[in-house]
Amino acid sequence: MTEHRAPTVEHLLRELAPRVLSVMARRHDFETAEDAVQEALIAAATQWPRDGVPGNPAGWLHHVAVRRLTDHVRSEMSRRQREDTVAGEVWAEWAFVPPPDADVRVDDSLTLLFMCCHPTLTPASAIALTLRAVGGLTTVEIARAFLVPEATMAQRISRAKQAIRAAGATFSMPADMERDSRVGSVLHVLYLIFNEGYVSSEGAQLHRVDLALEAIRLVRATRALLPRDGEVAGLLALMLLTEARRAARTGVNGELIPLDEQDRSLWDRALIAEGSVLVEEALQAGAGPYALQSAIAALHDEAASVGETDWPQILALYDVLGEVSDNPMVKLNRAVAVAMVHGPIEALGQLDRLEQDPRITGHYRLDAVRAHLLQLSAQFDQAEKRYRAAAERTANLPERDYLLMKAAAAARLLEQREH
Amino acid sequence: MRFMLMMHAPRGNGEYAVMSWKPEELNSHVAYMHQLNRGLIESGEFVGAEGLAPPGQAKVVKSGRNGSPAVTDGPFAETKEFLVGFWIVDVESEARAHEIAARASSAPGPGGQPMSIPIEVRQVMSAPPTNE
Repeated sequence: MTEHRAPTVEHLLRELAPRVLSVMARRHDFETAEDAVQEALIAAATQWPRDGVPGNPAGWLHHVAVRRLTDHVRSEMSRRQREDTVAGEVWAEWAFVPPPDADVRVDDSLTLLFMCCHPTLTPASAIALTLRAVGGLTTVEIARAFLVPEATMAQRISRAKQAIRAAGATFSMPADMERDSRVGSVLHVLYLIFNEGYVSSEGAQLHRVDLALEAIRLVRATRALLPRDGEVAGLLALMLLTEARRAARTGVNGELIPLDEQDRSLWDRALIAEGSVLVEEALQAGAGPYALQSAIAALHDEAASVGETDWPQILALYDVLGEVSDNPMVKLNRAVAVAMVHGPIEALGQLDRLEQDPRITGHYRLDAVRAHLLQLSAQFDQAEKRYRAAAERTANLPERDYLLMKAAAAARLLEQREH
Repeated sequence: MRFMLMMHAPRGNGEYAVMSWKPEELNSHVAYMHQLNRGLIESGEFVGAEGLAPPGQAKVVKSGRNGSPAVTDGPFAETKEFLVGFWIVDVESEARAHEIAARASSAPGPGGQPMSIPIEVRQVMSAPPTNE
């Protein structure tokens, strides 16, 4: 049913969903409010394309959601009345259905986002709940995007809501001291949604929501709520600057094309321009991890070729990034920049040290980067071995194929040199 | 992370051993598997599960002349074991996939005893490259 939704109605609903829910959640229990809004969205998705969009669409959704909630409570009440006859005061609450309220407070929308990305949730649960409650997607759409059955996704969402309740979270703004870390959780969930879209974007996307674009939309909405937060700006910049390369990063058969081999004329200049402006803003606001990563992405996007890339500047940014986030993957990426500035031998020495870090020992990307550095230093036999070792351990099919092609290329270079 | 959990059984005579089980043994086996699947749906980890027809009905197909199918009937004496059925689960960690596999493995057989059926666990190649 949902696939026949007109695009305009679909977009309108996704935009209105969190607004209606945050008004509802202020007054009612979050779990039931969220279900009621979802039912209202499904009703709108069938009725609006047929009967036309109502004059006050937010009011319509709110009204229908409250009706659903009331029906739900009524049936619950009559069940209980059959069991015992204590009912009185709860009825009074439902006798006054709150008026449709389009005037949503910024705090409510933020509270909703914090709730859906609650730190007690597993990433999979937080992603599912955020896409439904904040993104306004239906369970069917989310299930399809993640290629799992609808029943599985419905359970993930309902378990997420149970976990929030079990954690004792109420629909209220976290305390100031907690806020930064809660914004961090929100950004992490949005980043994961984008990453999921980034990976699954190759191949047929028939009837599937584009998760990368959904993530960008949600970060834009978050930015409207937190306009002065540098990390929000940084994450949006990072997504736009990555999305800008989409058309160039896969070949006709979905094969991976790395940055240094991409046709840069396919990059989206408008996205790069928008992202670059945001990078400046993000860096000025405090140079957090997302801001720094976006600055690195901008330097890549602004270069006409790999050779013309400002590698010393990228290396300097990796140094700062290494200070604000202790992440072995950052050090690994830094090694590539070291090779471009100081040569592969020095970079290989750094990898030897990095290999001692238990968080990354045995990771295929360590082998992939080492292979790349060995290749740069013309040690083709070792490069081939490392590329193969990396290919054996990656869980990503296009990436495995790419690493095997690199191994074969290294073997060919070795052969040419020997003859 | 997605994993495929494959349940293997010795090839035998090409028929499933369950054919010779007592009805109550079969019942408790089926109930156990049903329960396992319900649990996976409820935990939000279920992607799919199927049981396969016995190997006596298996065919091997190769492309023949002009790409037309050349079909050979089973069972195939050379295979030592065969695939009985599989699950695909979407879980947070490999350890969790092992836990589910162990539960599938201890499904009751004759006499209601856990069978310790070997379950091959293989990651489905679709995981995102880890940038973190």
